[in-house]
Amino acid sequence: MSEFPGLLNYWLVIVMMMTGFYAMISRNNLIKKVIGLSIFQGAVYLFYITAGKVFAGTAPILEEGFSNYSNPLPHVLILTAIVVGIATVAVALALIMRIKDAYGTVEEDEIQHQDKIR
Amino acid sequence: MIATHLPILQVVIPLMAAPLCLLLRRPRLCWALSLAVSVIALVIALLLLGRALSEGPISYALGNWSPPWGIEYRVDVVNAFMLIIIAAIGTIVQIFAPRSISHEILPSQHTLFYTLYLLFLSGLLGVTITGDTFNVYVFLEISALSTYALIALGRDRRALTAAFRYLVLGSIGATFILIGIGLMYMMTGTLNMADMAQRLQPMLDSRTALAALAFLGVGLTLKLALFPLHIWLPDAYTYAPTVVTVLMGVVTKVWIYVFLRFAFTIWGQEFVFTEMHLQDLLVPLSLIGMLAASTAAIFQRNVKRMLAYSSVAQIGYMMLGVSFVSQTGLSGTIVHLFNHALLQAALFMALGAMLLRVGSPLLDDLRGIGRQMPWTMAAFVLGGLGLIGVPLTVGFISKWYFILAALEKGWWLVASLILLTSLLAVIYIWRVVEVAYFQQPDPNTTPVKEAPLSMQLPIWVLIMSILFFGISTKWTAGLAERAAAWLFGGGP
Repeated sequence: MSEFPGLLNYWLVIVMMMTGFYAMISRNNLIKKVIGLSIFQGAVYLFYITAGKVFAGTAPILEEGFSNYSNPLPHVLILTAIVVGIATVAVALALIMRIKDAYGTVEEDEIQHQDKIR
Repeated sequence: MIATHLPILQVVIPLMAAPLCLLLRRPRLCWALSLAVSVIALVIALLLLGRALSEGPISYALGNWSPPWGIEYRVDVVNAFMLIIIAAIGTIVQIFAPRSISHEILPSQHTLFYTLYLLFLSGLLGVTITGDTFNVYVFLEISALSTYALIALGRDRRALTAAFRYLVLGSIGATFILIGIGLMYMMTGTLNMADMAQRLQPMLDSRTALAALAFLGVGLTLKLALFPLHIWLPDAYTYAPTVVTVLMGVVTKVWIYVFLRFAFTIWGQEFVFTEMHLQDLLVPLSLIGMLAASTAAIFQRNVKRMLAYSSVAQIGYMMLGVSFVSQTGLSGTIVHLFNHALLQAALFMALGAMLLRVGSPLLDDLRGIGRQMPWTMAAFVLGGLGLIGVPLTVGFISKWYFILAALEKGWWLVASLILLTSLLAVIYIWRVVEVAYFQQPDPNTTPVKEAPLSMQLPIWVLIMSILFFGISTKWTAGLAERAAAWLFGGGP
């Protein structure tokens, strides 16, 4: 299979993953970091779904005339991973709410500055 | 009948107890429940080890779906040993917890603490017992998410930022592991570890397999806090409530176990350490970690943070033992998993008892504590001696194995560096001893009482086992050698 369009999805996964990763590292705002984390995890969902796709394959239905199925297992796995991702983001946002209460800001440099003064 | 279902009961009992705990609401009841669950988990782990020793590996098909299609729980000597470590520390921590959290966690959050603890316990036990790679990821997140919340229970507001930083880095690590598992699934079409190990062997050279190894390597070393990926650890250990810090010491050990499982059982030690040169990478990183973290520990003013850095150094020892790729080194790592679990639990708990009375882990506030809390401080000193590796303590047994493994390889420099870091440990433990015994307490503060019995008891149980297993090595080192031989023999 040629690199293009055969592996296009994987290239998109890498671009998306690095976008999220970059946002996590470079952003100062904690909420933006969480958004980055979400994009990063989203790339992995896309990666798993792509891996399960069979060219010209249909949904796995046991019926006459369907012989070429896509692999349904990655979908099931990623359903679990999506739930985990939501839970992670929920915990992160809950932490940010409490950080905002305790520090009055969600900017990382201001938080570090306040901790130094104490 | 029950005996055949022990592997699943190990995980499901704490998992089911967690929501029950939330419904009970009364902290005393929750405590009784989580203590009972921890004891049951420990009994099950001991029974499983007994069976694994006499009958060989136990395979349990979840929901009766036969592996490799269904999820398989597989117990052999290695993870039965690990299950015992987790459940034993959990039980000890629960005896210690009520008094410790009474002033370190807000009273309204005590129920939540016990609920999170039960989730955490089931997560770690699940990671350890499962023979299915995706299951590892699921339990990883159960334990990790509860750890983030447990850290955030700390009353210092810096606990929140420490928890958040750990959440971001931990999620990156977990996602890397997930990508690695996905790539391995692409290659082999299976998630079962034993099946994967067989199918992976002919395709080790493919680029997908190499990418999988890279992602898993980074993800796992981030999770187990190997230098330089340890940056989340000191803050999280320092600002978490003491009981949580003790529990977190087990987390990194579980990840070292998972690393062993992936490297030895699935990929094969030849490929990982020799062909992929992971040995050349891990040996220097472990050594730098040992030296840098021990040196950093010497300069800490906060004793809790000092012990956190010491934990990073100990992780260095364990990973060094792995990267010798010899049975002696691996035995050292496995026995040190157990020994250091005892040592760090004893040290952090002794510090927790001082925190209860003094209210501060700063070195300056602990002046003269040796005369005011003689039993607690004596326990701290004995634990410290274990950390240094003085003979008749467990620390000596581990160091003995590590140095023996280094000499077997003819790595004299590595052996001398192991001795050098032990000397650094002497320095940072001595700083506490000096302050506690040889300095006068601040005259403006009121003298404090000795810690209550409910805290002394678990601490001294740990100290006694540190001494007992330092003298009688039949159970710990003997088992570790069997486990190491098992990992080297290949096959899960």
